[in-house]
Amino acid sequence: MSTNSKKTPNTSLALEFKSSNFSVPVLALSSDDLITIEQQLQEKASVAPDFFKNLPVVIDLQASNKLECNIDIETLTAVIKKVGLLPIGIRGGNAQQNKQALNLLIPVYSVNHGVTTEEPQKQQTPAPTPETETRDTSTMLITQPIRSGQRIYATGDLIITAQVSSGAEIMAEGNIHVYNTLRGRASAGIQGNKDARIFCFDLQAELISIAGIYKVSEDIGASVRNKPVQIYLQNQALIIQDLLQHH
Amino acid sequence: MARIIVVTSGKGGVGKTTTSAAIAMGLAKKGHKTAVIDFDVGLRNLDLIMGCERRVVYDFVNVINGEATLNQALIRDKNCNLLYILPASQTRDKDALSQEGVGKILEELKKDFKYIVCDSPAGIEKGAHLAMYFADDAFIVTNPEVSSVRDSDRMLGILSSKSRRAEQNEEPIKEYLLLSRYSPDRVKLGEMLSLEDVQDILSLHLLGVIPESKSVLNASNSGMPVILDEKSDAGQAYADIVDRYLGEERPHRFIDEDKGFFRKLFGGK
Repeated sequence: MSTNSKKTPNTSLALEFKSSNFSVPVLALSSDDLITIEQQLQEKASVAPDFFKNLPVVIDLQASNKLECNIDIETLTAVIKKVGLLPIGIRGGNAQQNKQALNLLIPVYSVNHGVTTEEPQKQQTPAPTPETETRDTSTMLITQPIRSGQRIYATGDLIITAQVSSGAEIMAEGNIHVYNTLRGRASAGIQGNKDARIFCFDLQAELISIAGIYKVSEDIGASVRNKPVQIYLQNQALIIQDLLQHH
Repeated sequence: MARIIVVTSGKGGVGKTTTSAAIAMGLAKKGHKTAVIDFDVGLRNLDLIMGCERRVVYDFVNVINGEATLNQALIRDKNCNLLYILPASQTRDKDALSQEGVGKILEELKKDFKYIVCDSPAGIEKGAHLAMYFADDAFIVTNPEVSSVRDSDRMLGILSSKSRRAEQNEEPIKEYLLLSRYSPDRVKLGEMLSLEDVQDILSLHLLGVIPESKSVLNASNSGMPVILDEKSDAGQAYADIVDRYLGEERPHRFIDEDKGFFRKLFGGK
C-alpha cells in the first residue's frame, strides 16, 4: 500500500505522495427530511460541541436512496456545514447526486471505500465482504493520564489504563473502562445507548452519566466511593455496584 | 544536544521564577552553559531575582523584533560566567511574542548552550503556551494545596496535547514534579496536602521537595538565587534537584518532620 519511497540524497523533492489511513465518521442518512436531519444533527452536536466542531464526515446515501429519498446534495451539505461539520465526501449516491457532489468539489467514494471513478453501478458487482465495512465503532485505548481540562470522545468503547483527573471529561458512545482512578466526568452511551456501562477501579468521579442520565459527585453514596465499581442503567436509574461485593 | 526546560505551574505565586533562577544557576555551577529566559513579558521579575535588573539594555521582545541581536540582549551573570539571562520586556505585553520568533531564538540558543531554562508566566494564555511549546523537559512547580495541584494537572494536560512534541508526534515532554513551600509540620496539622496526596493526584516523577523557607525571600530581596545560599534548606533542596536532574542519586529530604532532639527541646524554628 505504501508509496513511501526512499529519497536519493542528491534530489530534494518538494513533495511526496504518501498513503495514509484515516478514521472518518460516516453520516448515514435514512430520510430526506432535511429539517429533521438538521434538528437531530444539532442535538448530537450539542452533546460534544468540541468534538463535532469542524469534524470531517462522509455522507452515506445508501439507505436513503433505497427508500427512494432523493436528497439534494447542495442543500444537504449546506445543512451539515451549518451545524459545523465539514463534508469531505459522499458515497452510495445516485448519478445525479454524485455529479452534484463533484460540482461542489466533494469527492465521491465507493461504498467499499476508496474514491470511485464515476461508476456507481459498479458497486454491486464484487460481493463486498461484510467484515471490511469499517464502522467507526472501534475501541479507543488510552494509556496516558487524562488531565484536567482534557476531553476525550470515543465513537465506540473507551479504555483508559491511566488515571482520569478531576476537571477532565471522557465520553464514549459505547462503554467506558478506567483501570485506574476516575476523578473527572465520565459519560457512556452518549448517543443514547442505554446498555452502555462504566467500569472503574476507584470511583471518585465528579459526574457519571449513561445515555444522558447522570449523578453528580454529591449523589454518589459513600458505600461505593473509592471502590472498584460498575455503573449501569436499570429502569431509568443509575445503579452503582461495588465489583468486589459478594452476592 | 541542548535541552529546553520549561518551569511552569498554571497557578501564580508558587515559585516558578525562584525555581528557574535556582536551577539555571545550579546547572551553570555544574559546568553547563545555561541560558534562562523570562517569558513573563509585561511583568518582568527574573532579572530582580538574578540581581541583574540594573544591567538590562535590550530584552526578549527586542530580539524577536530584530531590534537587537541575541548577544546584545543576553546578560552574563555576575556570579557564574556560564550563566546568561534573557530578560523580559516590561513595556510590552505577551502579544509581542510570536511562536515563530520564539522558535527562532531558541534554535539560535541551542547552538551555543547546553540548557535553556524557560521561566513561564502564570496562567495558560499565550506567554505560558509559548514558554512550554518548544520544551524537552517540564518542571511542574506545585504548592501543597488543592488549587495549585489542580492547575498543575491542567498544565500537564496542555503539555501533553499542545506542545511541539505532541503536535509532531514525537517522544512526549519529560515531566517532573517540584513540590515547593512544603512544611511537614503543617501537613501534620492537616493544613497542607501531603506529598502522598499530591502524588496520588498528579502521579509524576518527583524531582524534589523544597521546604517553606525564609531563605527564599531573603534570596529574592538580595538578588541572589537561593541555590547560592548553601547553608539554607531551600538552597540545598534545589542543589539536590539539579543533581537528580543530571542523573545523580540523591535521597529525598525535607519530607518528614524534623525530629532533631535539640529542635524539639527548644521548639526552635
